[in-house]
Amino acid sequence: MIETSTLWLVIVAVGLGSYLMRFLFIGLIADRELPAWLLRHLRYTGVAVLPALVAPLVLWPPATDGQFDPVRMTAACVTVGVGYLTRNVLLSILAGGVSFYVGLGLVG
Amino acid sequence: MQRQTPKSAFWQGFGDGAPFILVLIPFSTLFGVVAAEAGLSVLEALTFSMAVLAGAAQFTALQLLTEGAPTLIAIATALAVNLRMAMYSAALTPLLGSAPLWQRAIASYFIVDQTYACSVVKFEDNPDWTMTHKLAYFFGVAAPVVPFWYGCTMLGAWAGTAIPDSLALDFAIPITFLAIIMPMLRTFAHVAAAGVAIVASLIFAGLPFSMGILVAGFLGMITGAYVETRMIRAGTWR
Repeated sequence: MIETSTLWLVIVAVGLGSYLMRFLFIGLIADRELPAWLLRHLRYTGVAVLPALVAPLVLWPPATDGQFDPVRMTAACVTVGVGYLTRNVLLSILAGGVSFYVGLGLVG
Repeated sequence: MQRQTPKSAFWQGFGDGAPFILVLIPFSTLFGVVAAEAGLSVLEALTFSMAVLAGAAQFTALQLLTEGAPTLIAIATALAVNLRMAMYSAALTPLLGSAPLWQRAIASYFIVDQTYACSVVKFEDNPDWTMTHKLAYFFGVAAPVVPFWYGCTMLGAWAGTAIPDSLALDFAIPITFLAIIMPMLRTFAHVAAAGVAIVASLIFAGLPFSMGILVAGFLGMITGAYVETRMIRAGTWR
């Protein structure tokens, strides 16, 4: 269970921080060129941080106390496979979800 | 090309933004459900969506809080995911930078994947548009997208309280993230960034306070930027 005070702190801090990042250039640096190296690194934030977040969750799911779980691994692979083939976020989520619950049903 | 009115620019934006609703409905509903599962009230989930207005960052913060990661790490990692907003802000600056400050301050809140992507393309196609046209279009894209984001978060949070725990929703976030990541892998540089980040996150999984994610994300960013530079030099960058 998440502490209420912690939760609100996170909501306010992430909300404010996100707004400041959105406002940063358009509001404050209105007509200055940004250094190319900075933009080049910013381009890869999402594609680096998100996989880093997911990889341990897939390999060592908290739900199984960190034990490798074939059902979750298969569901992850199906999601990635469908995502690679279709480039469609919704279809990938659906396929992964179906694979997960079918797998749980087979094992369960 | 006859002279367009700002009103028609707004409705063009509305039309371009509307299809995204199909993606946002399940995405924001899922956030609501997962938030409710994590013990958030409907109001808390809605405030979350209103304050952050970025799915990936919201899921990230929620995931880390659920894992019991330190508050500061949850905040820092969610903000790291949202760093791309700074990039959007930078890209929109030459296009909207000359609008009055108060209008830019309002527009800033609505910088999301959809408004950025549509506006950048549209403004290039319509170089004759005035600032009024551009802003009208920008807010036009946001108009259908943002209310649905709020509404479906509420709907999901409300429904989530009724969903039994046996449903094993723990894997909803990883699956959602994997699905978001795949279309992002546009070039070899993106793939390299993701690959290094994955390996590093597994190596550094033992770091205290879930800091491994930030370290790995940082290494992935450096990798992506480095590979891009190399590809440009080799002439293989698209």
